[in-house]
Amino acid sequence: MCLKNAIDKSIDAKVVRRRIQRSQLRDRLFGLAGLTVMALAFLVLAALLGQLAYDGMGRVSWQFLTSYPSRFPSQAGILSAWIGTVLVMLLTALTAIPLGVGAAIFLEEYAPKNWMTDLIEINIANLAGVPSIVYGLMALGLLVYEFQLGQSFLTAGLTLAMLILPMVIIATREALRAVPPQIREAAYAVGATKWQTVRDHVLPYSMGGMLTGMILALSRAAGETAPLITVGALSFIAFLPHSPVTSEFPFISIEWLFDPFTVLPIQMFNWVSRPQVDFHINAAAAGLILLLMTLAMNALAISIRARFRKRIHW
Amino acid sequence: MITHVDVKPALKAEAKALSFYYGGTVQALKSISLGLADRYATALIGPSGCGKTTYLRCLNRMHDLYPGNRYEGALVLYPDGLNIVDPTVDPIEIRMRIGMVFQKPNPFPTSIYENVAYGLRIRGSMTRRDLDSVVEQSLKDAALWPEVKDRLHSLAFNLSGGQQQRLCIARALATGPEMLLFDEPTSALDPTATARIEELVRELKQRVTIVIVTHNMQQAARVSDYTAFMYEGEVVECDRTDKIFTNPANKLTEEYITGRFG
Repeated sequence: MCLKNAIDKSIDAKVVRRRIQRSQLRDRLFGLAGLTVMALAFLVLAALLGQLAYDGMGRVSWQFLTSYPSRFPSQAGILSAWIGTVLVMLLTALTAIPLGVGAAIFLEEYAPKNWMTDLIEINIANLAGVPSIVYGLMALGLLVYEFQLGQSFLTAGLTLAMLILPMVIIATREALRAVPPQIREAAYAVGATKWQTVRDHVLPYSMGGMLTGMILALSRAAGETAPLITVGALSFIAFLPHSPVTSEFPFISIEWLFDPFTVLPIQMFNWVSRPQVDFHINAAAAGLILLLMTLAMNALAISIRARFRKRIHW
Repeated sequence: MITHVDVKPALKAEAKALSFYYGGTVQALKSISLGLADRYATALIGPSGCGKTTYLRCLNRMHDLYPGNRYEGALVLYPDGLNIVDPTVDPIEIRMRIGMVFQKPNPFPTSIYENVAYGLRIRGSMTRRDLDSVVEQSLKDAALWPEVKDRLHSLAFNLSGGQQQRLCIARALATGPEMLLFDEPTSALDPTATARIEELVRELKQRVTIVIVTHNMQQAARVSDYTAFMYEGEVVECDRTDKIFTNPANKLTEEYITGRFG
């Protein structure tokens, strides 16, 4: 084949066929490489889960879930830890979600597009990458010492809220941005104000993506240990916090907010650092429970997303 | 001998030395003057980038949604003489009075009923029964009622493209607009759906002023009473549609409608 005379050369069917075969081979090779990488990643994950389940499965029982920590491994349980995780997650969600969604709506829909907004945007992205221990140090200085909130549920919830706030903002902005501008124009064209457009259209249609982002952020917060150790999580709590519901008026108590706290990862950390092997098994079991809680949250995210996506496809 | 007297119709809106700048610098309309006859259909034609859509979107202040855009001159809405592009005039008020149908059908991802009812809902205080009757009437006016009357609460996205566009017309009609803007409403539709939309435009112009931007000159000839030919941000010629298409005064107009450029 003569490249110099590319214009009036006759097309050699055999050459073309060979070229097609060669690129198809490359196609298959790439597919195979992708499959290998995927299988590798999946295997590592499966091995981790398998090991955890193998070690801890035998220890997961009703007794384990309903007992306080103990110096006897066989009597120890994670009652205070899992309740702590649930309560801290609740506080984190209650603070991070309204703040994050509000900030995202402002940045995406209301803020003027100028250098100030750009600066804020860049810094939010940076904050999402700050190591969690740094948030712990900040929370120690600000919440524990400055605001005197103590080594409490409130401090823990706010610390994790600060940690995931940038993630919530970023995920929400992505979800808002996925609503096509034509839909916004449609709402404005019938005379809607900005807030009506956001409330009636942009928010409901981006709900699936928003919820997914939030639950992923919360899942990450659920596994955090470092910032909570910094703000003073206790690893041996043999009592439950005050009940948020009381029998006397006004029936709701906020006393629990100021109780000392622990969470599952802290409990695990404590058990792993002990010399007795039986405690290591307890740690694996607690890890399994934490994993199940996270997976349940993810499953929730997926089902919510599926529910919203079923109705909306651009 | 005078065969017919060309009575000047009343105007619904009129651009007076209207200029428009995108992002504060790019001038898209160059001091244009263009009247829109009340309860007639005016077609805006011209090559891409001539400013016809820009002019259309001035009429309901759509440009306000994006930063840096700037109007100059006046765009007067009759009979009250309100200057649409005056910064002190609330664009929401303008959009409540002037409806728009877009190039690509853009129904909300909600039910057919909710799509039509939305404009009324944000205006507030309507009983369910009133809402039902306006939704029904609007869907009838948009020639969609027979096709959707049994599934008003199913999703708008399940309709075909042409049906979606008629739904968007119903949505715009529900709030009783004084003027209806069409931005190339059939460019995403097949010929059958296009014919139905054109038929609809011809019916609607009896009671509402219509402005339609189109790339399709046959469409302009079929649906409009007046045609404005725009070129590079200026109105070259505006006259009765039959005159523009049979005996244009301007050389450029003639070249465009005969397909020699654009």
